[in-house]
Amino acid sequence: MIFFERMVKIFMKYGGFLLNGVGNTLIIALFTVLFGTVLGTLLAIMKMGRFTPTRWFACAYIEFIRGTPLMVQLMFIFYGLPMIGIEFPDISFIPNFSRFLAGIVAMSLNSGAYVAEIIRSGIQAVDVGQTEAARSLGFKHSETLRLVVLPQAIKNILPALGNEFVTVIKESSIVSIIGISDLMYQANGIMAGTFIYLETLALTAVIYFIMTFTTSRLISLAERKMSNGKK
Amino acid sequence: MEKNELLVVQDLKKNFGKVQVLKGINTVVRKGEVVAVIGLSGSGKSTFLRCLNLLETPTSGHIFFDGVDICDKKTDVNQHRKRIGMVFQQFNLFYNMTVLKNITAAPVRLKKIPEQQAVQRALELLDRVGLKDKANSYPSELSGGQKQRVAIVRALAMDPEVMLFDEPTSALDPEMVGEVLAVMKNLAESGMTMVVVTHEMSFARQVSSRVLFIDEGIIKEDKPSREFFENPEDPRLKDFLSKVLSLQG
Repeated sequence: MIFFERMVKIFMKYGGFLLNGVGNTLIIALFTVLFGTVLGTLLAIMKMGRFTPTRWFACAYIEFIRGTPLMVQLMFIFYGLPMIGIEFPDISFIPNFSRFLAGIVAMSLNSGAYVAEIIRSGIQAVDVGQTEAARSLGFKHSETLRLVVLPQAIKNILPALGNEFVTVIKESSIVSIIGISDLMYQANGIMAGTFIYLETLALTAVIYFIMTFTTSRLISLAERKMSNGKK
Repeated sequence: MEKNELLVVQDLKKNFGKVQVLKGINTVVRKGEVVAVIGLSGSGKSTFLRCLNLLETPTSGHIFFDGVDICDKKTDVNQHRKRIGMVFQQFNLFYNMTVLKNITAAPVRLKKIPEQQAVQRALELLDRVGLKDKANSYPSELSGGQKQRVAIVRALAMDPEVMLFDEPTSALDPEMVGEVLAVMKNLAESGMTMVVVTHEMSFARQVSSRVLFIDEGIIKEDKPSREFFENPEDPRLKDFLSKVLSLQG
Protein backbone atom coordinates (compact mmCIF):
# COMPACT_ATOMS: atom_id res chain seq x y z
CA MET A 1 0.00 0.00 0.00
CA ILE A 2 2.88 2.26 0.68
CA PHE A 3 3.55 2.16 -3.09
CA PHE A 4 0.22 3.78 -3.97
CA GLU A 5 0.45 6.19 -1.08
CA ARG A 6 3.77 7.39 -2.39
CA MET A 7 2.39 7.71 -5.92
CA VAL A 8 -0.44 9.84 -4.65
CA LYS A 9 1.94 11.88 -2.55
CA ILE A 10 4.20 12.55 -5.51
CA PHE A 11 1.21 13.50 -7.58
CA MET A 12 -0.08 15.89 -4.92
CA LYS A 13 3.28 17.50 -4.53
CA TYR A 14 4.56 17.50 -8.13
CA GLY A 15 1.29 17.17 -10.08
CA GLY A 16 1.49 20.62 -11.62
CA PHE A 17 5.11 20.01 -12.53
CA LEU A 18 4.20 16.76 -14.31
CA LEU A 19 1.18 18.26 -16.06
CA ASN A 20 3.47 20.95 -17.40
CA GLY A 21 5.46 18.13 -18.93
CA VAL A 22 2.27 16.58 -20.32
CA GLY A 23 1.52 19.87 -22.07
CA ASN A 24 4.95 19.92 -23.68
CA THR A 25 4.71 16.27 -24.67
CA LEU A 26 1.39 16.96 -26.35
CA ILE A 27 2.77 19.99 -28.17
CA ILE A 28 5.66 17.97 -29.54
CA ALA A 29 3.40 15.05 -30.48
CA LEU A 30 0.77 17.22 -32.12
CA PHE A 31 3.20 19.08 -34.36
CA THR A 32 5.05 15.87 -35.15
CA VAL A 33 1.84 14.16 -36.25
CA LEU A 34 0.93 17.19 -38.34
CA PHE A 35 4.26 17.64 -40.12
CA GLY A 36 4.94 13.91 -40.19
CA THR A 37 1.68 13.29 -42.04
CA VAL A 38 2.39 16.02 -44.57
CA LEU A 39 5.93 14.77 -45.12
CA GLY A 40 4.75 11.17 -45.23
CA THR A 41 2.14 11.97 -47.86
CA LEU A 42 4.74 13.72 -50.01
CA LEU A 43 7.18 10.83 -49.64
CA ALA A 44 4.48 8.30 -50.48
CA ILE A 45 3.58 10.22 -53.64
CA MET A 46 7.25 10.41 -54.60
CA LYS A 47 7.80 6.71 -53.94
CA MET A 48 4.80 5.67 -56.03
CA GLY A 49 5.48 8.19 -58.76
CA ARG A 50 6.93 7.59 -62.20
CA PHE A 51 9.74 10.15 -61.88
CA THR A 52 12.83 8.09 -61.06
CA PRO A 53 15.05 10.57 -59.12
CA THR A 54 12.36 11.49 -56.59
CA ARG A 55 11.29 7.86 -56.34
CA TRP A 56 14.82 6.85 -55.47
CA PHE A 57 15.19 9.68 -53.02
CA ALA A 58 11.99 8.68 -51.22
CA CYS A 59 13.03 5.02 -51.11
CA ALA A 60 16.49 5.83 -49.76
CA TYR A 61 15.13 8.32 -47.22
CA ILE A 62 12.52 5.91 -45.88
CA GLU A 63 14.98 3.04 -45.61
CA PHE A 64 17.62 5.14 -43.91
CA ILE A 65 15.33 6.82 -41.38
CA ARG A 66 13.67 3.56 -40.46
CA GLY A 67 17.03 1.85 -40.19
CA THR A 68 18.64 4.26 -37.73
CA PRO A 69 17.73 5.11 -34.11
CA LEU A 70 15.58 8.12 -33.42
CA MET A 71 17.98 9.11 -30.65
CA VAL A 72 20.85 9.36 -33.12
CA GLN A 73 18.71 11.37 -35.53
CA LEU A 74 17.60 13.75 -32.76
CA MET A 75 21.11 14.32 -31.43
CA PHE A 76 22.46 14.70 -34.94
CA ILE A 77 20.01 17.48 -35.60
CA PHE A 78 20.32 19.28 -32.27
CA TYR A 79 24.02 18.84 -31.50
CA GLY A 80 25.45 17.88 -34.88
CA LEU A 81 24.02 20.38 -37.34
CA PRO A 82 25.11 23.52 -35.43
CA MET A 83 28.73 22.41 -36.02
CA ILE A 84 28.27 23.13 -39.71
CA GLY A 85 26.42 26.34 -39.05
CA ILE A 86 22.84 25.07 -39.16
CA GLU A 87 21.34 26.40 -35.96
CA PHE A 88 17.80 26.56 -34.74
CA PRO A 89 16.90 30.16 -33.86
CA ASP A 90 15.63 31.23 -30.49
CA ILE A 91 12.60 33.43 -30.17
CA SER A 92 12.49 35.64 -27.10
CA PHE A 93 8.80 35.22 -26.27
CA ILE A 94 8.78 31.42 -26.54
CA PRO A 95 11.18 29.88 -24.04
CA ASN A 96 13.40 27.11 -25.37
CA PHE A 97 12.10 27.59 -28.90
CA SER A 98 15.25 26.23 -30.54
CA ARG A 99 15.02 22.99 -28.56
CA PHE A 100 11.36 22.53 -29.38
CA LEU A 101 12.00 23.26 -33.03
CA ALA A 102 14.86 20.75 -33.20
CA GLY A 103 12.74 18.18 -31.38
CA ILE A 104 9.75 18.64 -33.65
CA VAL A 105 11.90 18.63 -36.78
CA ALA A 106 13.69 15.42 -35.79
CA MET A 107 10.51 13.66 -34.73
CA SER A 108 8.66 14.77 -37.89
CA LEU A 109 11.48 13.66 -40.19
CA ASN A 110 11.37 10.31 -38.43
CA SER A 111 7.61 9.88 -38.31
CA GLY A 112 7.26 10.96 -41.97
CA ALA A 113 9.15 7.87 -43.09
CA TYR A 114 6.78 5.59 -41.21
CA VAL A 115 3.69 7.48 -42.35
CA ALA A 116 4.88 7.25 -45.97
CA GLU A 117 4.96 3.47 -45.73
CA ILE A 118 1.53 3.40 -44.09
CA ILE A 119 0.04 5.49 -46.90
CA ARG A 120 1.81 3.62 -49.66
CA SER A 121 0.81 0.20 -48.41
CA GLY A 122 -2.74 1.44 -47.79
CA ILE A 123 -3.07 2.58 -51.38
CA GLN A 124 -1.39 -0.46 -52.86
CA ALA A 125 -3.63 -2.76 -50.84
CA VAL A 126 -6.60 -1.55 -52.93
CA ASP A 127 -7.27 -4.23 -55.52
CA VAL A 128 -5.76 -3.37 -58.91
CA GLY A 129 -9.07 -4.44 -60.47
CA GLN A 130 -10.66 -1.28 -59.06
CA THR A 131 -8.21 0.83 -61.02
CA GLU A 132 -8.66 -1.23 -64.15
CA ALA A 133 -12.44 -0.94 -63.97
CA ALA A 134 -12.26 2.84 -63.62
CA ARG A 135 -9.73 3.17 -66.43
CA SER A 136 -11.80 0.91 -68.69
CA LEU A 137 -14.70 3.34 -68.32
CA GLY A 138 -12.48 6.18 -69.51
CA PHE A 139 -11.50 7.81 -66.22
CA LYS A 140 -8.09 9.43 -66.16
CA HIS A 141 -5.43 8.27 -63.71
CA SER A 142 -6.05 11.23 -61.37
CA GLU A 143 -9.84 10.76 -61.41
CA THR A 144 -9.42 7.07 -60.70
CA LEU A 145 -7.25 7.86 -57.71
CA ARG A 146 -9.62 10.47 -56.33
CA LEU A 147 -12.94 8.72 -56.90
CA VAL A 148 -12.12 5.08 -56.43
CA VAL A 149 -8.72 4.30 -54.95
CA LEU A 150 -8.23 6.91 -52.21
CA PRO A 151 -11.68 6.53 -50.61
CA GLN A 152 -10.94 2.83 -50.25
CA ALA A 153 -7.33 3.34 -49.19
CA ILE A 154 -8.39 5.65 -46.34
CA LYS A 155 -9.95 2.68 -44.61
CA ASN A 156 -6.64 0.83 -44.68
CA ILE A 157 -4.63 3.90 -43.75
CA LEU A 158 -6.58 5.34 -40.84
CA PRO A 159 -6.13 2.54 -38.26
CA ALA A 160 -2.41 2.27 -38.99
CA LEU A 161 -2.05 6.04 -38.86
CA GLY A 162 -3.75 5.97 -35.46
CA ASN A 163 -1.14 3.52 -34.24
CA GLU A 164 1.54 5.84 -35.52
CA PHE A 165 0.04 8.73 -33.52
CA VAL A 166 0.16 6.61 -30.40
CA THR A 167 3.76 5.67 -31.16
CA VAL A 168 4.69 9.32 -31.59
CA ILE A 169 3.34 10.16 -28.12
CA LYS A 170 5.43 7.41 -26.56
CA GLU A 171 8.58 8.00 -28.61
CA SER A 172 8.46 11.72 -27.91
CA SER A 173 9.88 10.92 -24.46
CA ILE A 174 13.25 10.85 -26.19
CA VAL A 175 13.26 14.65 -26.59
CA SER A 176 13.99 14.95 -22.87
CA ILE A 177 17.63 14.25 -23.74
CA ILE A 178 17.94 17.58 -25.56
CA GLY A 179 16.47 19.42 -22.59
CA ILE A 180 12.85 19.80 -23.56
CA SER A 181 10.80 19.71 -20.38
CA ASP A 182 8.34 17.07 -21.51
CA LEU A 183 6.76 14.52 -19.19
CA MET A 184 9.85 12.32 -19.09
CA TYR A 185 12.10 15.28 -18.38
CA GLN A 186 9.92 16.36 -15.47
CA ALA A 187 9.92 12.82 -14.13
CA ASN A 188 13.70 12.82 -14.24
CA GLY A 189 13.69 16.05 -12.30
CA ILE A 190 11.48 14.59 -9.59
CA MET A 191 13.66 11.50 -9.31
CA ALA A 192 16.80 13.58 -9.04
CA GLY A 193 15.27 15.58 -6.23
CA THR A 194 13.57 12.82 -4.25
CA PHE A 195 15.40 9.60 -5.14
CA ILE A 196 11.95 7.95 -5.34
CA TYR A 197 12.39 6.09 -8.63
CA LEU A 198 9.81 3.33 -8.52
CA GLU A 199 6.70 5.35 -7.76
CA THR A 200 7.70 8.30 -9.95
CA LEU A 201 8.24 6.08 -12.96
CA ALA A 202 5.02 4.19 -12.27
CA LEU A 203 3.13 7.47 -12.11
CA THR A 204 4.80 8.65 -15.31
CA ALA A 205 3.85 5.42 -17.07
CA VAL A 206 0.24 5.79 -15.95
CA ILE A 207 0.10 9.34 -17.32
CA TYR A 208 1.59 8.21 -20.67
CA PHE A 209 -0.92 5.40 -20.79
CA ILE A 210 -3.83 7.77 -20.22
CA MET A 211 -2.63 9.84 -23.18
CA THR A 212 -2.13 6.92 -25.55
CA PHE A 213 -5.30 5.10 -24.53
CA THR A 214 -7.40 8.22 -24.99
CA THR A 215 -5.86 8.79 -28.40
CA SER A 216 -6.46 5.27 -29.62
CA ARG A 217 -10.08 5.35 -28.36
CA LEU A 218 -10.70 8.64 -30.14
CA ILE A 219 -9.26 7.24 -33.36
CA SER A 220 -11.35 4.09 -33.30
CA LEU A 221 -14.38 6.28 -32.68
CA ALA A 222 -13.52 8.31 -35.78
CA GLU A 223 -13.05 5.11 -37.74
CA ARG A 224 -16.50 3.88 -36.80
CA LYS A 225 -18.03 7.21 -37.72
CA MET A 226 -16.38 7.07 -41.13
CA SER A 227 -17.37 3.52 -41.95
CA ASN A 228 -21.02 4.09 -41.07
CA GLY A 229 -23.15 2.72 -43.92
CA LYS A 230 -20.18 1.88 -46.08
CA LYS A 231 -18.72 -1.55 -46.08
CA MET B 1 -11.26 -0.42 -94.45
CA GLU B 2 -14.87 -1.40 -94.66
CA LYS B 3 -17.39 0.74 -92.86
CA ASN B 4 -18.80 -1.94 -90.61
CA GLU B 5 -15.40 -2.98 -89.27
CA LEU B 6 -15.39 -1.80 -85.69
CA LEU B 7 -12.17 -3.36 -84.46
CA VAL B 8 -9.29 -4.27 -86.71
CA VAL B 9 -6.32 -5.99 -85.12
CA GLN B 10 -3.10 -6.16 -87.11
CA ASP B 11 -0.09 -8.23 -86.15
CA LEU B 12 -0.65 -7.66 -82.43
CA LYS B 13 2.27 -8.76 -80.27
CA LYS B 14 2.66 -8.60 -76.51
CA ASN B 15 5.66 -9.51 -74.40
CA PHE B 16 5.78 -9.79 -70.64
CA GLY B 17 9.48 -9.49 -69.99
CA LYS B 18 11.10 -12.14 -72.14
CA VAL B 19 7.95 -14.18 -72.60
CA GLN B 20 6.00 -13.48 -75.75
CA VAL B 21 2.34 -14.05 -74.94
CA LEU B 22 0.82 -12.80 -78.20
CA LYS B 23 2.80 -13.62 -81.31
CA GLY B 24 0.94 -11.77 -84.01
CA ILE B 25 -2.84 -11.64 -83.81
CA ASN B 26 -4.84 -10.60 -86.87
CA THR B 27 -8.59 -10.34 -86.82
CA VAL B 28 -11.56 -8.10 -87.50
CA VAL B 29 -14.67 -7.55 -85.41
CA ARG B 30 -17.63 -6.19 -87.36
CA LYS B 31 -20.57 -4.26 -85.99
CA GLY B 32 -23.19 -6.54 -84.45
CA GLU B 33 -20.91 -9.54 -84.28
CA VAL B 34 -20.66 -11.62 -81.14
CA VAL B 35 -17.19 -13.10 -81.10
CA ALA B 36 -16.34 -15.78 -78.56
CA VAL B 37 -12.66 -16.28 -77.77
CA ILE B 38 -11.71 -19.65 -76.37
CA GLY B 39 -8.44 -21.35 -75.51
CA LEU B 40 -6.48 -23.02 -72.73
CA SER B 41 -5.44 -21.01 -69.70
CA GLY B 42 -2.24 -19.17 -70.47
CA SER B 43 -2.92 -19.15 -74.18
CA GLY B 44 -3.08 -15.36 -74.23
CA LYS B 45 -6.81 -14.93 -74.79
CA SER B 46 -7.33 -12.61 -71.82
CA THR B 47 -4.23 -10.61 -72.74
CA PHE B 48 -5.64 -10.25 -76.25
CA LEU B 49 -8.91 -8.90 -74.87
CA ARG B 50 -7.15 -6.52 -72.47
CA CYS B 51 -5.11 -5.14 -75.34
CA LEU B 52 -8.30 -4.12 -77.13
CA ASN B 53 -8.89 -1.26 -74.69
CA LEU B 54 -5.20 -0.89 -73.84
CA LEU B 55 -5.39 -2.18 -70.29
CA GLU B 56 -2.33 -3.97 -71.57
CA THR B 57 -0.08 -1.95 -73.84
CA PRO B 58 0.76 -3.96 -76.95
CA THR B 59 4.47 -4.44 -77.63
CA SER B 60 3.88 -3.97 -81.35
CA GLY B 61 1.12 -4.06 -83.92
CA HIS B 62 -1.98 -1.99 -84.50
CA ILE B 63 -5.51 -1.90 -83.18
CA PHE B 64 -7.96 0.23 -85.14
CA PHE B 65 -11.12 1.16 -83.31
CA ASP B 66 -13.68 2.75 -85.59
CA GLY B 67 -10.87 3.60 -87.98
CA VAL B 68 -8.50 5.17 -85.43
CA ASP B 69 -5.24 3.49 -84.44
CA ILE B 70 -5.49 3.46 -80.64
CA CYS B 71 -1.94 2.12 -80.31
CA ASP B 72 -0.68 5.41 -81.69
CA LYS B 73 0.82 7.36 -78.78
CA LYS B 74 -0.94 10.52 -79.94
CA THR B 75 -4.38 8.95 -79.55
CA ASP B 76 -6.18 9.85 -76.33
CA VAL B 77 -7.13 6.40 -75.20
CA ASN B 78 -9.58 7.70 -72.58
CA GLN B 79 -11.81 9.03 -75.34
CA HIS B 80 -11.97 5.57 -76.87
CA ARG B 81 -12.38 3.69 -73.62
CA LYS B 82 -15.64 5.60 -73.10
CA ARG B 83 -16.94 3.81 -76.20
CA ILE B 84 -15.61 0.37 -75.26
CA GLY B 85 -17.34 -1.33 -72.34
CA MET B 86 -15.55 -3.96 -70.30
CA VAL B 87 -16.74 -6.63 -67.89
CA PHE B 88 -14.21 -8.39 -65.66
CA GLN B 89 -13.97 -11.86 -64.22
CA GLN B 90 -13.81 -10.41 -60.69
CA PHE B 91 -16.62 -7.87 -61.33
CA ASN B 92 -14.52 -5.00 -59.96
CA LEU B 93 -17.46 -2.96 -58.78
CA PHE B 94 -16.37 0.13 -56.89
CA TYR B 95 -16.71 -0.91 -53.27
CA ASN B 96 -16.93 2.64 -51.98
CA MET B 97 -20.05 3.44 -54.00
CA THR B 98 -23.64 2.23 -54.06
CA VAL B 99 -24.84 0.22 -57.04
CA LEU B 100 -26.46 3.34 -58.45
CA LYS B 101 -23.30 5.44 -58.07
CA ASN B 102 -21.27 2.67 -59.66
CA ILE B 103 -23.45 3.00 -62.72
CA THR B 104 -23.89 6.77 -62.89
CA ALA B 105 -20.37 7.93 -61.98
CA ALA B 106 -18.91 7.56 -65.46
CA PRO B 107 -21.84 8.93 -67.52
CA VAL B 108 -22.19 11.94 -65.22
CA ARG B 109 -18.51 12.80 -64.98
CA LEU B 110 -17.23 11.73 -68.37
CA LYS B 111 -20.19 12.31 -70.67
CA LYS B 112 -21.62 15.25 -68.71
CA ILE B 113 -25.06 13.67 -68.65
CA PRO B 114 -27.30 15.39 -66.06
CA GLU B 115 -27.44 13.44 -62.81
CA GLN B 116 -31.21 12.92 -62.92
CA GLN B 117 -31.13 11.60 -66.45
CA ALA B 118 -28.25 9.27 -65.62
CA VAL B 119 -30.10 7.94 -62.58
CA GLN B 120 -33.22 7.31 -64.60
CA ARG B 121 -31.26 5.46 -67.25
CA ALA B 122 -29.42 3.45 -64.60
CA LEU B 123 -32.69 2.38 -63.01
CA GLU B 124 -34.07 1.36 -66.42
CA LEU B 125 -30.99 -0.75 -67.08
CA LEU B 126 -31.08 -2.25 -63.58
CA ASP B 127 -34.72 -3.13 -64.15
CA ARG B 128 -33.76 -4.92 -67.33
CA VAL B 129 -31.39 -7.20 -65.41
CA GLY B 130 -33.84 -7.60 -62.53
CA LEU B 131 -31.92 -5.59 -59.94
CA LYS B 132 -33.85 -2.36 -59.61
CA ASP B 133 -34.40 -2.98 -55.90
CA LYS B 134 -30.62 -3.14 -55.32
CA ALA B 135 -29.92 0.40 -56.53
CA ASN B 136 -29.02 1.69 -53.09
CA SER B 137 -27.15 -1.37 -51.90
CA TYR B 138 -23.40 -1.54 -51.66
CA PRO B 139 -21.57 -4.15 -53.78
CA SER B 140 -20.59 -6.11 -50.67
CA GLU B 141 -24.27 -6.82 -50.09
CA LEU B 142 -24.73 -8.54 -53.46
CA SER B 143 -24.13 -12.11 -54.61
CA GLY B 144 -21.58 -12.81 -57.32
CA GLY B 145 -24.19 -13.11 -60.03
CA GLN B 146 -25.82 -9.87 -58.97
CA LYS B 147 -22.45 -8.11 -58.91
CA GLN B 148 -21.70 -9.24 -62.44
CA ARG B 149 -25.08 -8.09 -63.71
CA VAL B 150 -24.45 -4.68 -62.13
CA ALA B 151 -21.00 -4.63 -63.74
CA ILE B 152 -22.60 -5.25 -67.13
CA VAL B 153 -25.07 -2.43 -66.50
CA ARG B 154 -22.23 -0.12 -65.43
CA ALA B 155 -20.51 -0.68 -68.75
CA LEU B 156 -23.78 -0.36 -70.71
CA ALA B 157 -24.60 2.97 -69.08
CA MET B 158 -21.84 4.56 -71.18
CA ASP B 159 -23.63 3.42 -74.35
CA PRO B 160 -20.56 1.64 -75.67
CA GLU B 161 -20.21 0.52 -79.26
CA VAL B 162 -18.58 -2.73 -78.26
CA MET B 163 -18.54 -4.76 -75.06
CA LEU B 164 -15.55 -6.80 -73.95
CA PHE B 165 -16.14 -9.67 -71.52
CA ASP B 166 -13.18 -11.22 -69.74
CA GLU B 167 -14.36 -14.63 -68.50
CA PRO B 168 -17.50 -13.10 -66.99
CA THR B 169 -18.79 -16.31 -65.43
CA SER B 170 -15.56 -17.97 -64.28
CA ALA B 171 -15.65 -16.55 -60.76
CA LEU B 172 -19.30 -17.38 -60.17
CA ASP B 173 -20.87 -20.21 -58.26
CA PRO B 174 -22.47 -22.63 -60.72
CA GLU B 175 -26.04 -21.68 -59.84
CA MET B 176 -25.36 -18.05 -60.76
CA VAL B 177 -23.81 -18.63 -64.16
CA GLY B 178 -27.22 -18.87 -65.83
CA GLU B 179 -28.49 -15.46 -64.76
CA VAL B 180 -25.40 -13.70 -66.12
CA LEU B 181 -25.41 -15.65 -69.39
CA ALA B 182 -29.08 -14.79 -69.83
CA VAL B 183 -28.26 -11.08 -69.61
CA MET B 184 -25.44 -11.51 -72.11
CA LYS B 185 -27.66 -13.46 -74.48
CA ASN B 186 -30.23 -10.73 -74.24
CA LEU B 187 -27.57 -8.16 -75.02
CA ALA B 188 -26.37 -10.14 -78.03
CA GLU B 189 -29.90 -10.37 -79.38
CA SER B 190 -30.29 -6.60 -79.05
CA GLY B 191 -27.49 -6.24 -81.60
CA MET B 192 -24.60 -5.25 -79.33
CA THR B 193 -21.14 -5.97 -80.69
CA MET B 194 -19.41 -8.26 -78.21
CA VAL B 195 -16.05 -9.93 -77.72
CA VAL B 196 -16.32 -12.61 -75.07
CA VAL B 197 -13.45 -14.59 -73.59
CA THR B 198 -15.18 -17.60 -72.13
CA HIS B 199 -15.06 -21.18 -70.99
CA GLU B 200 -18.79 -21.59 -71.53
CA MET B 201 -18.92 -23.70 -74.67
CA SER B 202 -22.71 -23.63 -74.71
CA PHE B 203 -22.61 -19.83 -74.83
CA ALA B 204 -20.01 -19.86 -77.58
CA ARG B 205 -22.03 -22.36 -79.56
CA GLN B 206 -25.49 -20.90 -79.10
CA VAL B 207 -25.02 -17.15 -78.79
CA SER B 208 -21.85 -16.17 -80.60
CA SER B 209 -21.73 -15.64 -84.31
CA ARG B 210 -18.04 -16.42 -84.57
CA VAL B 211 -15.48 -18.24 -82.48
CA LEU B 212 -11.72 -17.67 -82.25
CA PHE B 213 -9.42 -20.34 -80.87
CA ILE B 214 -6.28 -18.74 -79.48
CA ASP B 215 -3.39 -21.07 -78.79
CA GLU B 216 0.30 -20.44 -78.25
CA GLY B 217 -0.19 -16.72 -78.84
CA ILE B 218 -1.85 -16.87 -82.25
CA ILE B 219 -5.34 -17.43 -83.60
CA LYS B 220 -5.36 -21.06 -84.69
CA GLU B 221 -8.96 -21.15 -85.85
CA ASP B 222 -11.46 -18.43 -86.73
CA LYS B 223 -14.86 -19.57 -88.01
CA PRO B 224 -18.59 -18.99 -87.74
CA SER B 225 -19.61 -20.77 -84.56
CA ARG B 226 -21.65 -23.59 -86.07
CA GLU B 227 -18.81 -24.57 -88.39
CA PHE B 228 -16.28 -24.07 -85.62
CA PHE B 229 -17.84 -26.73 -83.44
CA GLU B 230 -19.00 -29.10 -86.18
CA ASN B 231 -15.87 -29.06 -88.24
CA PRO B 232 -12.77 -28.10 -86.24
CA GLU B 233 -9.52 -28.43 -88.20
CA ASP B 234 -6.63 -27.57 -85.92
CA PRO B 235 -5.48 -30.68 -84.04
CA ARG B 236 -4.99 -28.76 -80.77
CA LEU B 237 -8.52 -27.41 -81.09
CA LYS B 238 -9.91 -30.90 -81.70
CA ASP B 239 -8.14 -32.08 -78.58
CA PHE B 240 -9.35 -29.04 -76.60
CA LEU B 241 -12.96 -29.46 -77.72
CA SER B 242 -13.03 -33.17 -77.00
CA LYS B 243 -11.89 -32.43 -73.45
CA VAL B 244 -14.21 -29.53 -72.59
CA LEU B 245 -17.25 -30.87 -74.43
CA SER B 246 -17.04 -34.27 -72.79
CA LEU B 247 -17.15 -32.41 -69.46
CA GLN B 248 -19.87 -29.93 -70.27
CA GLY B 249 -21.95 -32.27 -72.45
